[in-house]
Amino acid sequence: MARTIAKLSAQKLWKVFGPRPQSVLRSDWRDKSRAEVQEATGHVIALRDVSFDVAQGEVFVVMGLSGSGKSTLVRCLLRLIEPSEGQVVVDGQDITKYSRRKLMNFRRKKAGMVFQRFALMPHRTVMDNVAWGLEIQGQSRRTRLERTHEMLRVVGLEGWAQNYPHELSGGMQQRVGLARALAADPEMLLMDEPFSALDPMIRREMQDELIRLQERMKKTIVFITHDLDEALKLGDRIAIMRDGAIIQVGTPEDIVSAPFDEYVGEFTKDVRKVEVLPVRFIMKPPKTRVYDWQGPRVALREMRQEEEDVAFVVDKEERFLGILAREAAARAAEGGDATSVAQLLETAPIAFSADDSLQWMLARVMDYNWRLETIPVVDAEGKLVGEVHRTVIRDLAKDALEVRVGVQARRSTTV
Amino acid sequence: MARASQLQVSGNGARSRAAAWLEATEQGYLQYPFGLIRAVVRLPKWVWLVVVALVVGSVVSFGAAADVPKGLSVGPTVSRAVDNGVDWMVVKWDPVFRAINTNLLRHFLLPLENWLLGLPWWLVAGVVTFVSYRMAGLAFSLLSAAMMMALAAFGLFDLAMTTLAIVLVSTALAVILGVPTGIAMAKNTRIDGVIRPALDLMQTMPSFVYLIPVMMLFGLGKVPAIIAVVVYAVAPIVRLTSLGIRQVDGSVIEAARAFGATSTQVLIKVQLPLAMPTIMAGLNQTIMMALAMVVVASMIGAKGLGVEVLNGIARLEVGRGLLGGIGIVIMAVILDRITQGLARSQLSKRAT
Ligand SMILES: Nc1ncnc2c1ncn2[C@@H]1O[C@H](COP(=O)(O)OP(=O)(O)O)[C@@H](O)[C@H]1O
Ligand SMILES: [Mg+2]
Repeated sequence: MARTIAKLSAQKLWKVFGPRPQSVLRSDWRDKSRAEVQEATGHVIALRDVSFDVAQGEVFVVMGLSGSGKSTLVRCLLRLIEPSEGQVVVDGQDITKYSRRKLMNFRRKKAGMVFQRFALMPHRTVMDNVAWGLEIQGQSRRTRLERTHEMLRVVGLEGWAQNYPHELSGGMQQRVGLARALAADPEMLLMDEPFSALDPMIRREMQDELIRLQERMKKTIVFITHDLDEALKLGDRIAIMRDGAIIQVGTPEDIVSAPFDEYVGEFTKDVRKVEVLPVRFIMKPPKTRVYDWQGPRVALREMRQEEEDVAFVVDKEERFLGILAREAAARAAEGGDATSVAQLLETAPIAFSADDSLQWMLARVMDYNWRLETIPVVDAEGKLVGEVHRTVIRDLAKDALEVRVGVQARRSTTV
Repeated sequence: MARASQLQVSGNGARSRAAAWLEATEQGYLQYPFGLIRAVVRLPKWVWLVVVALVVGSVVSFGAAADVPKGLSVGPTVSRAVDNGVDWMVVKWDPVFRAINTNLLRHFLLPLENWLLGLPWWLVAGVVTFVSYRMAGLAFSLLSAAMMMALAAFGLFDLAMTTLAIVLVSTALAVILGVPTGIAMAKNTRIDGVIRPALDLMQTMPSFVYLIPVMMLFGLGKVPAIIAVVVYAVAPIVRLTSLGIRQVDGSVIEAARAFGATSTQVLIKVQLPLAMPTIMAGLNQTIMMALAMVVVASMIGAKGLGVEVLNGIARLEVGRGLLGGIGIVIMAVILDRITQGLARSQLSKRAT
C-alpha cells in the first residue's frame, strides 16, 4: 500500500517528567531503562523516541498497558503537555515551534479531543458543552445553535440539549464528548481511551457508532486504548507502546499473526484469530481454474492433474461464475453433449469476499452446512483470488473453540 | 496472669500480641495505683528537668536578677516607632485618606443608606420575606416576616438599615479586593506564600487592634469603620476563592484548553463558575464577620445597631443593649440563610 503524505507525524518525541528533564536527556541516562532512570534520578521517561506517521483519513490506534505513556503521547500532539524533545508535524507544519497564538488557533481549528473520563463541564448544559469550541472561537450564537443541534443529531442525542451532564448516563456523556470534539469540524480526532470507562455493551455500541461515523467523516484519528479487541476492531494500523517507546507498528493482521516479541504476544495470545483476521489471511491461490468457454475434457484433465474433485469456473475477466464437480465433468465428457463448462455449473456462484472476517465465513459455513471440498474467495470486483480448503476450515473451527474456552477460563479467574 | 505470660513465651504473632494485651489490661485494672506510679517514674528525663527547674525557681530567691534586664526590653521602642510611622503617614498622606474618606462616603455609603432609609418599612419587610422564600423556603420566609415585624416593633428598623448599608458597602469592597486576590493566590504559589500568612495575622489579631491605626488615618466616622470592617472580614472570601479555584477538576480545565481556550477564557467560563459555590460560602462568612465587626466598629463611628449595644453597655441600660443585640442577631440570621441559599442554588445545577 503506497503511503500518502502524512497528515500527522510524530518525530523522535521524548517526554521526561521531573525537575530537570534536560539533565536526563543530555546524559547517559537517555539510553538507560525507565526503571533505572526513575530509581536513580527521580525522573520518569514517559515517552522515548516516539515516531510515527498517520495518513489522512486513517485510524491510528495506540495500544499499551497502563503507564506505558499513551496519554502523555496524545497530549503532546496538542502540546497540552510540552514534549521535552522532538517534533509534531501536522500538514507539514511543526507545531512545537508555534507561538501561543498559533497554537490556540491550531487547537481550535484542526483537532478535537475526547477524554477517558468525559471531562464535560458540569455547570454547562449539553448544548453549551458541545458548543464550547465554537464559543471560544467567537462564533455567533446562531451558528453555535445550528451546529450543536446538528452534532447532537449525529450522535443520537436530540432532545437532550438543555440537560446537564450529570443527568446523562456514561455512554450518553461520552456521546456529548464526541459531539464536542466534532463540533468545530476538525480534521483530526484525538481520543484518549474514550470508551474505557463504559461497560462492555455500551462500549461495543460506541465502537460500532464510531466506525459508522468514520465511514462518512473520514477524519484522521489517533485512538488510544489498552484493549486489544478494541484496537483490532477500530484500527487501520496499531502501534504498541511499552515503557514510553513504540515497539511495533502494523496492521491488525500483522500484530496478531506476527507479534514482535513476547510482550506483544502476551496481548494477542487470547485473541480469537477468527474474529480479527480476514479470509484473505488464510486463503490459498485457486488451484483448478477453468474458463467458461473451455470444454469438459479440459476441465477434467485439469482436475486430475491437481488431484481435485472440483474446479472453479471463471469468465475471461477472471470473474467467478460457479463450481464444476468432477462427476459432472466426467459425465459430460463421456456423453459429449455439452460443449462448454458454463452449461454444466450446478451450484450458484456463492463465494466469500477476501475482506470478510473468518468468523463470518465460519458462521456461514456452519449455518448452511456447507459440504463443498473447497470454498472460493473473490475480491471486490468478483474476480476469483483464492480458495479455502475444507480441512483449513475444520482446523479453524477447532481452534476457535479451544481459544474461546481458554479465554473464558482466564477471564473468570481474574474477575 | 501466669497463663498469660506463658502464652507470651510460647506463642507468636497475633497470639503473643493478644497475650500482651491481656496482661496489660489486667494490670491496668488490678494494679491501678502501682501502674500510675510506675508511669510517673518512667517519664522522660527532659520532663524531670523542667520540673526541677520550676521547683528551684519558686524556692530560691533571685532578687533583682529575676527581672528582665533594661537593655533587653525593646517594647517601648517598637511601639514608639509604629506611632511615629503612623504620625508620619497621617501628615504626609492626609489628602489621600481624606479623598478616600469623602468619595466613599459621598458616592457609595450615603446614597445607599439614604435610599434604604427612604424605603417604606413594609416594602423592605416584604422584599426580605419574598427573597427568603425563594432562597430558603416557605418555613424560613415566615420566620423572616416575623423577625422583620419584631425589628419594626422594637423601633430598630432605621438603625438596622444604617447597619445594613455599612455591611453591604464593606462586603462589596471585600469582594472587589478579595476575589482577585484569591484568584492570584490560586494561580501563583509565590503570591499564595505571601498572602496566606498575612491573612492568618489579620484573622488572629484581636479586632479592636485595627481600630486605632484606622482611626488615626481616617479619623472618626463611617468610612474608617468600613475600612476596619473590610480588613477584618476580607479573609474568608480571599481564602475560599483561592480554594474554590484550586478545587476545580483538572481534567475539565484540560478539556477546556484542548479546544483552544485562552487562560482568561478558562478562568471566566470554567474556573470561576465552578468555584462559585465555594466563593459564595466565603461571601457568607465575610458577611457574618462584617456584621460582627460592625458592633465593634461603632466605637469609632459606625452608626446603627452597634451603637445601641455600645450605649447599653456604657450606660448600663441592659434592655437597650439587649434589643440592639437582638437586632444584630435578626440581621445575622436572615443574611446567613439568604447567602447560604445563594451558595446552594449555585450547587444544585450540577452533580455533587
Ligand atoms: N505529571 C506527571 N509527573 C510525573 N510523572 C508522570 C506525570 N504524568 C504521567 N507520568 C508518568 O508517566 C508515565 C506514563 O503515563 P501516562 O501517559 O498517563 O500512561 P498511560 O496513559 O499509558 O496509562 C507513567 O509512569 C506516569 O506515572
Ligand atoms: Mg492514560
